[in-house]
Amino acid sequence: MAKRKTRRQTVVDLAVLAPLDWVDERTAFVRGTKWFLFRNVPRDISWAQTLGFATLIAFTSQVLTGAILAMYYRPSSEIDVTTGKPIAYSSIEHITNDLTLGWLVRGMHRWGSSVFIILLFLHMGRVFLFGAYKYPRELNWIVGALILVMGMLMGFTGYLLPWDQTAYWATVVGINLNGTAPFAGPWLAQFLAGGPEIGSDTLAKWYALHMLLIPGALIALIVVHLYLVARLGVTSPPWSKEAAGRERPVRKPRGARAGLVRGSGGGK
Amino acid sequence: MSTNGPDTPHVPGPSLWPIGFAIGIACLLLGLVLNWLVAAIGAVIAVAFGLLWARDVTRDVRGDVPTIAPEARAAAGLAPDEVDDEPLPAYSRSVFLEASLIGLSGVLGAVLTLPVLGFMVLPSFTNVDEDEVDLGPLDNFPEGEYVIATYLSNPQQGEVSRRTAFVRNNGFSEGGEPSFTILYSRCVHLGCPVQPNGPIDEDAITRIRGVELRPVLAQSFGCPCHGGQYNAEGNRTAGPPVRSLDRYSFSIRNGRLILGELFAVGNVSGTGANATISRYPWSVPGTHVDGLEAWLYPIVPSQVTG
Repeated sequence: MAKRKTRRQTVVDLAVLAPLDWVDERTAFVRGTKWFLFRNVPRDISWAQTLGFATLIAFTSQVLTGAILAMYYRPSSEIDVTTGKPIAYSSIEHITNDLTLGWLVRGMHRWGSSVFIILLFLHMGRVFLFGAYKYPRELNWIVGALILVMGMLMGFTGYLLPWDQTAYWATVVGINLNGTAPFAGPWLAQFLAGGPEIGSDTLAKWYALHMLLIPGALIALIVVHLYLVARLGVTSPPWSKEAAGRERPVRKPRGARAGLVRGSGGGK
Repeated sequence: MSTNGPDTPHVPGPSLWPIGFAIGIACLLLGLVLNWLVAAIGAVIAVAFGLLWARDVTRDVRGDVPTIAPEARAAAGLAPDEVDDEPLPAYSRSVFLEASLIGLSGVLGAVLTLPVLGFMVLPSFTNVDEDEVDLGPLDNFPEGEYVIATYLSNPQQGEVSRRTAFVRNNGFSEGGEPSFTILYSRCVHLGCPVQPNGPIDEDAITRIRGVELRPVLAQSFGCPCHGGQYNAEGNRTAGPPVRSLDRYSFSIRNGRLILGELFAVGNVSGTGANATISRYPWSVPGTHVDGLEAWLYPIVPSQVTG
């Protein structure tokens, strides 16, 4: 005997499941989401394994606050006629002192950058101490190291933007530090300075690096990082007695790459 | 494709084309410095030998050019197999399309990327020469005392282009030539602005065509960033700097002091007009110019004054 649907079930069917089905039929979105989120994790994981997600949240906060700050910030070293100070510095003052809640969002971005870097290091330390960088997760360690480099570059380029004395001379020092690298150093420094002066061109260049190029690279790296986490699963702690992680079919390397390169066999 | 197993090393046949290609590239690079005609000849040589080299390298992959018999109308009554019993070597349509797609994408990518990359990188390295600066008559520089001279090296850029030099008139050297010690204010540790350790006489300021001169009672200099200290000759006395303060070369024209280009100083022995200065081409702050460490920094860049 077919059970009659309750009213509630009908509503759920129509409002939630039907649209989901419609999307899933065209995108396999539900299967993908389940693959990404509904994973087995070791029984004995702890707060230590949440550091990566905390880093992701810190980064998301930086992206959000940064995007909003970009609506009010003006990257120019020219003098603002109304304040008599450089435009960039004046716009920072305007954000901090005049605009409603500007102090809060700028503070979140400014302190959040430190939080992001600190969490990156804590997460890296956890992965190192748990031995979670070992086979098969070596590539994810490498991607993570690139994320760390990009994070440092974000801090380096963002520090110049307030255009006050600290920002300016710290950037001079940072550029000259790069200049002392053997062989490529002087050219790297000259590229970063953007010419003989650290001026308007430098500020605009670093602003573009800070809000367009480096974040783009960072987001792409994070996507790869998360994909590998979902594919390989969470590592058991070193003291764990249980094996963990997704069961993976044993693949011969030759079989795995077959078909991608012409003449490598495979396919059929 | 290749029939070589892991045990049979793949040895390419000897070929002279890469040498011609290298000569072409060298010619092209030389031409960029010398003459556009030389560069064009180099480019032609490089392209020609590059194509020959590519043809040589891809010979195995391409296979032999099939010999196609001229089309002949089959005689009536003959079975079709007898006309054409050997299959032609296959170079299928899909392989051709694949290769042309990859090739076209590569060309498109290069056409898009190269100008953009060039625009990103090159402006930092071109048009960075700085003009000489006129500091005015020699009378403004009393003998044996330092004068702070500041000016904007690029007035369009504003205060960020402000340069500061510490100028001391040393009188005349033994050979009877006028002698000046002109220190550049940027610290040779990491480029912060070095300050004179003494009172500045703000009332005695002199302004000459964009240059401000202020006498200062100082026999040493210090950097606020990391505590580098220098004596009156610019030699390091304390802190992290790795060499003596950079100096300006100078000339005197019509009784006026003209600042020339910067140079790096390894060390100064002696004082004032009788000093011996170990002079080197200008180098980035924080890099050694003499001694064993200088070998770590063998390249002198064109100009970075940040």
